[in-house]
Amino acid sequence: MVFGLIHMAYILAALLFILALAGLSKQETAKLGALSGIIGMAIALVATFGQVESSIGFILIIVAMVVGGAIGVYVAKRVAMTQMPELIACLHSFVGLAAVLVGFNSFFELGAVAPETVTIPVDATAAEVAAILATAQSAAGQVAHAMSVSELNTHLVEIFLGIFIGAVTFTGSIVAYGKLNGTFKLRVFKSAPLMLPGGHWLNLAALVISLFLLIWFMAADNPPLTALVIMTLIAFAFGVHLVAAIGGADMPVVISMLNSYSGWAAAASGFMLSNDLLIVTGALVGSSGAILSYIMCKAMNRSFISVIAGGFGNEGAAVEDEEMGEYRELQAAEVADLLKNSSSVIIAPGYGMAVAQAQNAVAQLTEKLKARGVEVRFAIHPVAGRLPGHMNVLLAEAKVPYDIVLEMDEINDDFENTDTVLVIGANDTVNPAALENPNSPIAGMPVLEVWKARNVVVFKRSMNAGYAGVQNPLFFKENTSMCFGDAKDTVEKIVANI
Amino acid sequence: MLIGIPKESLRGETRVAATPDTVGKLIKLGFEVAVQSNAGAEASFDDAAYTAAGAKIVKGKEVWNSDIIYKLNAPTNDEVELLKEGQTLVSFIRPAQNKELVEKLNSKKVNVLAMDMVPRISRAQSLDALSSTANISGYRAVVEAAHTFGRFFTGQVTAAGKVPPAKVLVIGAGVAGLAAIGAAHSLGAIVRAFDTRLEVAEQIKSMGGEFLKLDFKQEDGGSSDGYAKVMSDEFIKAEMELFAAQAKEVDIIITTAAIPGKAAPRLITKDMVLSMKAGSVIVDLAAASGGNCELTQEGKIITTENGVKIIGYSDLAARLPAQSSQLYATNLVNLTKLLCKEKDGNIAIDFDDVVLRNMTVAKEGEITFPPPPISVSAAPAAKPQAAPAKIEPKGVSPKLKFFSVGLLVVLFALIGLFAPEKFLPHFTVFVLACVCGYYVVWNVTHSLHTPLMSVTNAISGIIVVGAMLQISSGSFIIGLFAFIGVLIASINIFGGFAVTRRMLAMFRKQQ
Repeated sequence: MVFGLIHMAYILAALLFILALAGLSKQETAKLGALSGIIGMAIALVATFGQVESSIGFILIIVAMVVGGAIGVYVAKRVAMTQMPELIACLHSFVGLAAVLVGFNSFFELGAVAPETVTIPVDATAAEVAAILATAQSAAGQVAHAMSVSELNTHLVEIFLGIFIGAVTFTGSIVAYGKLNGTFKLRVFKSAPLMLPGGHWLNLAALVISLFLLIWFMAADNPPLTALVIMTLIAFAFGVHLVAAIGGADMPVVISMLNSYSGWAAAASGFMLSNDLLIVTGALVGSSGAILSYIMCKAMNRSFISVIAGGFGNEGAAVEDEEMGEYRELQAAEVADLLKNSSSVIIAPGYGMAVAQAQNAVAQLTEKLKARGVEVRFAIHPVAGRLPGHMNVLLAEAKVPYDIVLEMDEINDDFENTDTVLVIGANDTVNPAALENPNSPIAGMPVLEVWKARNVVVFKRSMNAGYAGVQNPLFFKENTSMCFGDAKDTVEKIVANI
Repeated sequence: MLIGIPKESLRGETRVAATPDTVGKLIKLGFEVAVQSNAGAEASFDDAAYTAAGAKIVKGKEVWNSDIIYKLNAPTNDEVELLKEGQTLVSFIRPAQNKELVEKLNSKKVNVLAMDMVPRISRAQSLDALSSTANISGYRAVVEAAHTFGRFFTGQVTAAGKVPPAKVLVIGAGVAGLAAIGAAHSLGAIVRAFDTRLEVAEQIKSMGGEFLKLDFKQEDGGSSDGYAKVMSDEFIKAEMELFAAQAKEVDIIITTAAIPGKAAPRLITKDMVLSMKAGSVIVDLAAASGGNCELTQEGKIITTENGVKIIGYSDLAARLPAQSSQLYATNLVNLTKLLCKEKDGNIAIDFDDVVLRNMTVAKEGEITFPPPPISVSAAPAAKPQAAPAKIEPKGVSPKLKFFSVGLLVVLFALIGLFAPEKFLPHFTVFVLACVCGYYVVWNVTHSLHTPLMSVTNAISGIIVVGAMLQISSGSFIIGLFAFIGVLIASINIFGGFAVTRRMLAMFRKQQ
């Protein structure tokens, strides 16, 4: 009877999770959605507490949860909205690591008589630990006999896959975190893609070797722990290489992809533990991440494969060094005059706004212009920022009403009838070369057609190219002016002049 | 320098080349302004207002002694006689048609800038008098039509019966055409519009009109100078058929088709007019250059035998004198800014500036018309290049689709063959959850993608369940791993939900 109750609780939790995602479809229902996610989680946790057998385990869980929860809430309260991508990457790595740990545990549990008395020297190396564990394990292999052969095999595959995906998610997310954070000195954490000699062949080799390890793992009489450990190490390296090879500009795709992986890792754990709630949740998260990656790729007109295989704009199509002509420069006061004389203004923000933390100044500018009767709207390119929806969150933080923040498709036709467009820290997402120059590395990528407006002012730190390394003909158009300097300072100066 | 604003001598001309408002602006640029007495009377600007703005009121011909003359219409022979060497004249000239006038002006060594020669580039828009005048004409054309038309424009259902809305056809969607479309639409009429340039379809829609597209193989009438060009014979034939069909149906036709320097094309034939309903109205904005309609008479309203009224006024802009003067005078102020970059009241006709070069018809005893061609806006020229750049969004090739479906079938078969029975219910749940997730997530709005990620992050912390169940297995290693697992998964759950709530709390709607 208790089992039935727990099962029902799990179904309820799964339903609530689905409702949570459904709630996010609209701004109005989003908060309710988040709430149902929380309730679902609470139900799942309570139901699981009911199954914990030992009181020590109970206490341990409470301790771990209090500590983990405190850390989580603390970080969540403190994180700046501009650091959201890093936080999310970081959280992904936790799911990955947890999946690896749960996977190993499942393997150990195969030998139910797993020796409690295994002692590990404090100074043992990883290899020694593995050896000790393996010895202990070999004696315990018989437990598996409780299962049929096919059941055992399936279970082994589940464990193997779960750990593999978890491990890739873990290291991949850590590298993504490092890249987004940008303060680490290590080469893998640099925003520029790192291509090891051999490139894709290394990835392929990692996959092939892992496949052989799986065969070995399953074919042996007593599934060898060694195979599992080697595979985990390979998967760690694979995750690092996979993400290190991807440039900073592709981070929205990477983050979504890792989001998806963390879901599949959870689903694989669910299979391992025969737990439907884990499977459902993992599948939801997995497909959510996959769809987000797809949306991001489509926004850049690139195939998913080419992004995750790494390297964009850094091989072949070299940066064109052709003379683009002259650009005009405006000072903040002149931009203020231009804005005062406009009746409609569209602001197209990009990652530069996030870097300069300019969102509050931009919001202030918006308020001031609106007070003067100027129509102000925001145009958000799907890949602006380093995370899907990144710009929306920043603008929301600065209290910009969400109904004047529009997507590319909603607003692209309106540029023609707009007096002034402010491009704040965006570059590749407003590059006309994507439509006009078939040889451009970003050819065919949908972009915000800002140059159709009467005046365009581009806020930039210097004339350097954007992430894609492509020069931007927008800067040299007749109706474009440049306004150099830190976006935040510049916008504040403009606000002072209005 | 002194700018002189003479009273327009053309009969019926109500406009003036400066208003009190723009006089103030010219003075700010460092000039002095002399206005002929009563110059603005017809446009409701009296001498006192000019004086208040800082202008000097002068009587009679004295105004022609100014260094610079700003006026609207090309000077008459008498006026040319009043001009002297070294003076600068700015007005409409139509140098292509008025060769004689240009030579006469040149022989007097007058510098002449033609307001009708402003190139159509973005920078010069602020002095494009043709556009500002056309805008007014388009608006007035609708007002004239409404005045003459014996019915409402808008449809109504009243106690006294149902009134159908008027149907308006606008031919030529230049500035005047677009203004007419907008005005007619806002009066409630059903507006259709035709133009040989395909690229204006969007502009027509944006003004509330419906673009009539010819069922004809693509021929785009746009040209690199921003005006329409002459079309092929077959195209014209197809076009005429369209007009003939429309004439039977619509109540009002407004024609604005003009080709610069040529007679206006004949678009509405006598037969078409005769096929129209009694009470219908045609407004011909091209009346001055011969008319788009065969029966148009310049400057008059005529009524045909079948009761169709044809309005051939060529002074539509002058019928809104205050407005027209204000816009034209502002165009002149903007021109002055180009001529006088130092704002010190002295002008220089700089031939390095393409706008000034293009407008200048005569300078220092030399005829500088026609100007060298300048390529206008990059837009039309860039289009052919842009077309191949539109790379198809990479779709899934049929081969790949076939392959992946095949792979899926094989995978399912393998699972069916080898997987144990216990596995299958879980697999069912998994597949269904994937499908469910797919549909739910597609609905998520773009702006909530970041919260979506943090929510999915939080719920993927559900992996804590696995770790919780393993913690009490008794083995130290398992216990340790499970402990770490619970700890980090909890960071995820609590952190993920907390940050989601924090983000969602920030989204707010406009009050």
